[in-house]
Amino acid sequence: MRIMPFITSAIVTIGLVTVLNTQLPSGAAKTPKLGYFLSPQQGFWKNAEKVDAGFDASILANELKGKVDVYVDDRLVPHIYADQDEDAYFVQGYLHAKFRLWQMDFQTRVASGRLSEIAGADKLSIDRFFRRLGMVYGAEQTEKYINDNNPVMKATVDAYTAGVNAYLKQMSPEDLPFEYKLMNYAPEAWTPKKTYLFLMFMSYDLTGRSAAADLQLTNTRDYLGYDLFEKLYTNQQDSLDPIIPKGTLFAMPSIVPKKPLSADSAYLKKQTPMMAINNYSIPPQAPDKNNGSNNWAVAGSKTKSGRPILCSDPHLGLNLPSLWYEVQITTPTHSTYGASFPGSPAVIIGFNDSLAWGVTNAGRDVLDYYELKFKDSTQKEYWYNGAWQATTNRQEKIKVKDSADVVENIAMTHWGPAMFDVHYQNPQSKGRNLAVKWTGHNTSTGVETFYKLNRAKNFDDYVSAISLWKCPGQNFVFASKSGDIAIKQQGSFVARWDRQGDFIMPGTDTSYDWQGIIPNEENPMMKNPLRGFVSSANQKSVEATYPYYLGTASSFPLYRGISVNKHLAKMSQITPMDMQQLQTDNFNVFAEVARPALAKFIESSKLSDDAQKMVQEMNNWDLYNNENSKGITAFKIIWDSVENAVWGDELAGADIPLTKPEAHVLLDQMNKDSNFSVADDIRTKGKIETLKEQVNLGIEKASIKWKELEKDNKLTWAQFKATRVLHLTKTPALSRFNLPIGGGVNIINATTETHGPSWRMVVHLTDEIEAYGLYPGGQSGNPGSPYYDSFVDSWASGKYYRLLFLPMDKIKLHSSTKWHIQFKKA
Amino acid sequence: MKKESLKIPISILLSALATFAIGLYGELPWWSFAVANFIIAIAIPLKPWVNFLTGALGVAAIWAGLAAGIDAANNHILSTKVATILPLQGSYVLLIAITALVGALVGGFASLTGAYLRKK
Repeated sequence: MRIMPFITSAIVTIGLVTVLNTQLPSGAAKTPKLGYFLSPQQGFWKNAEKVDAGFDASILANELKGKVDVYVDDRLVPHIYADQDEDAYFVQGYLHAKFRLWQMDFQTRVASGRLSEIAGADKLSIDRFFRRLGMVYGAEQTEKYINDNNPVMKATVDAYTAGVNAYLKQMSPEDLPFEYKLMNYAPEAWTPKKTYLFLMFMSYDLTGRSAAADLQLTNTRDYLGYDLFEKLYTNQQDSLDPIIPKGTLFAMPSIVPKKPLSADSAYLKKQTPMMAINNYSIPPQAPDKNNGSNNWAVAGSKTKSGRPILCSDPHLGLNLPSLWYEVQITTPTHSTYGASFPGSPAVIIGFNDSLAWGVTNAGRDVLDYYELKFKDSTQKEYWYNGAWQATTNRQEKIKVKDSADVVENIAMTHWGPAMFDVHYQNPQSKGRNLAVKWTGHNTSTGVETFYKLNRAKNFDDYVSAISLWKCPGQNFVFASKSGDIAIKQQGSFVARWDRQGDFIMPGTDTSYDWQGIIPNEENPMMKNPLRGFVSSANQKSVEATYPYYLGTASSFPLYRGISVNKHLAKMSQITPMDMQQLQTDNFNVFAEVARPALAKFIESSKLSDDAQKMVQEMNNWDLYNNENSKGITAFKIIWDSVENAVWGDELAGADIPLTKPEAHVLLDQMNKDSNFSVADDIRTKGKIETLKEQVNLGIEKASIKWKELEKDNKLTWAQFKATRVLHLTKTPALSRFNLPIGGGVNIINATTETHGPSWRMVVHLTDEIEAYGLYPGGQSGNPGSPYYDSFVDSWASGKYYRLLFLPMDKIKLHSSTKWHIQFKKA
Repeated sequence: MKKESLKIPISILLSALATFAIGLYGELPWWSFAVANFIIAIAIPLKPWVNFLTGALGVAAIWAGLAAGIDAANNHILSTKVATILPLQGSYVLLIAITALVGALVGGFASLTGAYLRKK
């Protein structure tokens, strides 16, 4: 042996392997373990699927009771035919895992505050936020409730869980999903709790905006003083076209919420003048303001076939892998098709052989903050109803990659978890203690609603299924083959007095507590109206004659609803193609009103040449937010700039961001009152600016931006908006950018930069159901699969796929059926 | 002499085959082929630098071959993405080359270590 060369080369070899087996720092992130990652037999190459790969398989599983046949079509949609209901959910879990394992795991990690465990201390603030909001607490409540009270749901979720875990057990190490290899961690077994955590995340995504909005509104109110606040953040929406048409009479309420006598001074702070400093902290993140949706159903009286058509398109963050996974589930008890959530059993938005359903977000306020008074910093006691009450301490341990564990101490109170307190505050919270009360903490029966909708046969079944629904409040639209259409706003809604819960409430006694949950029978509903259609687009469900307060107006976008109803009222002889066109319609009903309102104030002769050209572009615009339009870009930057000119001064000077008034507030003022006092720039002393001056100043400023966009070749709407579908980790290489698509805020085609129609569905309730749909993603979550983003281009161009909904003997022979997966008892 | 010269292609082939065979066991660590190459270099005595080359070439050949085959069947879908993450300007050719190089270095040095262990 040549000692020195041997030792040297041994050290080099071991050194090389060690370095290649380590995650090296690369900027803020870390590389994968390069030796492992690049290995063609173990690393990422194994995730590069053959483009013509087949999916035939025969799978044995102990947990099955009978036989299950899955026929997979050419879009990789599985059609599950099972002899037993539980077997169907077992197979659904198995397939979710096979095609979406990493995503399911990642989403529940986010929901349960476990990102730091894989991504390090950077993510600690998000994890702490979700823990303190009570996400894990809520999931535990649901799990306990279902285990104790609902054997059928327990069996369903258990079967689904067993399916996920059966896949995990059979998966060979090299088939580990790409993202695990990239980030270097491993999947863990699925549990029913993870399903409930995922559903908690949906509750957060659709009702959690209050966790930020209530603090921001409180800040804004304190900063401006109540009078100015009430003017700029009015709950008045003159042009509202509610879900339940104006003029509808409502039954006498069973609860009459009473506003506490002290509210004007202690809560609304009407007498308190402007405060220069605001003190409340803001959470590190908030759900997208544009989370919303459209849905509608038209009766046979308005369609060409004489049968109803139902449409639903939930607007959510656009991500890869998509939130949705298409599936058909057929068992002896039912046959259903639609979009499912990887992470949960059953179909969430879809249809069965009798009826179809869809959802939009209700937007109602179901999350409030109460200010706590603790006895001392141990937080063992808090003042409530004239006595010191004991808290219970809830400990949650957060594991942090490459760092010590962090333990969250959460004081549980009568209201709920103390979110902001001595353990969790930022420099602005200055020791204030805020507990959060949220209906999301008691969801309990969410899965059962979908389970029952999947099996519903008629209107009564639909009503009974959704009556179990608590959070997040939704507008459930319905249409059946037998000709009924309906819409109902359903959830656990708080019986509120006017403006209850818009701001932080005093928490030292019951006087500001919720006075009840509105009984289901009093939730807004409409069945078979004379006008021949029902619809919702996140607007207020009812006008002010409804006996309960819904929440602050900024939660209820006005204009999409106006657009949808205008179209539906005019249409007749409707076909499914007409409905597809309506879902992808780009008409801007806001600009239709706002452009002439602006025009009244524009002084062309005083504007620069550039500004005049831009205004010209806006004036020549056809009012459609089409991808190649430059007019909408001109309108958008002019409107934003004018808003900034008008509101900027009032909101400037605050040391944390305040909420901007809604667009309709300025628009209404322009139409009503050209001597609008808020127009004055309060920063210029001794000079009073008029609205006219501010509008023209705003336009002049916008023209600078216009010139820049022109230089960058970004004047067309698609280029300006730059719609993208981001991978859940935001890794650019795994995302899709600059999609050629129009639409936007206030548009039926509600596609913004990172947000939009996440599942478009049109269901024609003929004897043999004729359904169309697609989502901006693909059935496979694997970035190395041709099915990863296979629907994205069709989605952007407004195309639809015909959905195959057939009995097993027919699908076997169908030309679109490509593969067969058999599941048998081992 | 003739026998000696046959040792080189045999050594390369063995290294490639052993690397492939051991890689079929996904439960083993990715670097298990280093051990195989170490043993092959002990079994087939050559000049140490020649052992280095046969090991490196054997692993490079099998890794590049497998990667290129997978990549062609995948229409470069994943390699193009990975070559953007790594970053290699989205070039799948570069990515395959880097894959081969990483395998070659580990295989080569493992063989060299084996050669020096055996060498008197």
